[in-house]
Amino acid sequence: MSAAANISAVEVVATSKIFNQGSDKHVDALLDVNLSIQSGEFVSLIGPSGCGKSTLLRLIANLLESTQGSIRVNNKTAAQARLDQDYGMAFQQAGLFDWRTVRKNIELPLELKGWDKDKREARAIEMLGLVKLEEFGNMYPWQLSGGMQQRVAIARALAAHPPLLLMDEPFGALDEMTREYMQGELLRICAETSTTVVFVTHSIPEAVYLSNRVVVMSPRPGRILEVIEVNLGSKRNEQTRAADGFFRSITAVREALRGTHAEHVAANAIRGAEDR
Amino acid sequence: MKLAGRIAYRIVMFALTIAFVTALWELYKIVGPQDGGKFLGVRILPRANDNAMPHVSTMLSRYSRPEVRGSDKKIWIVVLSGAWFSLRLSLVGFFLGTTIGISLAVLMARFNVIRRGLLPYLVMSQTVPLIALAPLVVSWGGKLEIGSFVWPRWLSASILGTFLAFFPIAVGTLRGLTSAPSAALELMESYAASWKQTLFKLRFPAAVPFMVPALKLGASGAVVGVVVAEISTGLKGGIGRLIIEYAREATGDPAKVFTAVFGAAALGLTMSGLVAFSDLFLMRNRPKETST
Repeated sequence: MSAAANISAVEVVATSKIFNQGSDKHVDALLDVNLSIQSGEFVSLIGPSGCGKSTLLRLIANLLESTQGSIRVNNKTAAQARLDQDYGMAFQQAGLFDWRTVRKNIELPLELKGWDKDKREARAIEMLGLVKLEEFGNMYPWQLSGGMQQRVAIARALAAHPPLLLMDEPFGALDEMTREYMQGELLRICAETSTTVVFVTHSIPEAVYLSNRVVVMSPRPGRILEVIEVNLGSKRNEQTRAADGFFRSITAVREALRGTHAEHVAANAIRGAEDR
Repeated sequence: MKLAGRIAYRIVMFALTIAFVTALWELYKIVGPQDGGKFLGVRILPRANDNAMPHVSTMLSRYSRPEVRGSDKKIWIVVLSGAWFSLRLSLVGFFLGTTIGISLAVLMARFNVIRRGLLPYLVMSQTVPLIALAPLVVSWGGKLEIGSFVWPRWLSASILGTFLAFFPIAVGTLRGLTSAPSAALELMESYAASWKQTLFKLRFPAAVPFMVPALKLGASGAVVGVVVAEISTGLKGGIGRLIIEYAREATGDPAKVFTAVFGAAALGLTMSGLVAFSDLFLMRNRPKETST
């Protein structure tokens, strides 16, 4: 991770996105967004519904075109990065294909890249090990629990070993216990694969627990209000969730979201008031 | 095995249904009025006499007797070969209908312009009465000359089968091809997958649950088209021709026409049975059954 530091993974410069420009359904989704993400970083995008955080993610993924500004991924244009499969993507619904076994689902991006069968199989088995689902390769997605399906989706997103992982509320449909387990697993997986992550969520504790930086966005038109550094170290575990720094960061994010960032982010403010 | 169990279940249900219908038929023959029930001069109940409603046993035993008196050709052989003839025509019609239907569906899924332009005409095409169309197709076919290719008369019957088969297949496949969830399409886009890759790796597999019932409809449509074409153009050799021939003898030999009618029914069942079998195979690894 340290070796990769200071290399830019995502560079968003003066980017705006307007939907249906010129018609009466005109929507300013994003306004003049600047964001620089270093390689190996874990960055969360958080904000109220409709603030454009998913739009920003889709701009980075080149699933949408920006109206203004420039976006570079992996030092290429976003379009080129998509063509080169420089990122993997995971959505709220695992979105696995029912007609494929778990292993074949993981192989999908490799198939599309034209890998041969042996190489694909070897990689799929490696990925199953990474997400701890070795025994489930020959089952079908609908035979697995929601959390397991989401792990398969992560394995699929990382199958081609992309340097960047884009996630759009991937744990939003999971129950709280599974969700916390998945957060721990995601951090482990990203550390093992030194993957950069851009993570959209609307859970404050989730953003804080996972991220090096939390990007707080305003309601429409989406702008970046504040970028909050989370200093919880690189080794995080269940104790992290009880640490003072965790609650301090949560408060900082919350106040930024309210747009009333207080000067006293000191230790005395918090405790107890934090649970959702 | 689960698959074998499902097949066995279907066979048992089929046999029970046949037994039930037979029982109803015979029951009506016992309780129904011999000359039918009239209400204000309009016959509302069918005649229960042996001329209008022969016993099921009479119909079945008719199969083992000769087609015409003095002939040594048993009628079951004649009906079977007629059904076999029509089955082959239906298969040709079904095959052409499937090819055309799926091709149209792919085109309509790919190009919105084509979908908007073509779909109303496809719907309209199905409102043309088949009886009116049959002689036309035959005469067009007769005028066709492509090199040394001579349009055989039977091909016109197959084409009418195609005409009925392609429509449900085109509509069902189109619905299936556009049924892929937007998240899955977005995923394919994020992999920079080509339209063709998306078609074969996502859209077609997602379409299977829609295509199977559509193909079943298409299969029985092909049979109906072929049989109606045989009847209205008088094409010899098929089950349709046997039905009109035997119907003329209904007063003297009432059970005879039923042998051909059952032959036609068996033909339709065979066709949709072929599709149903592919259904069991294609859907074996899906979360749940969507077809009947």
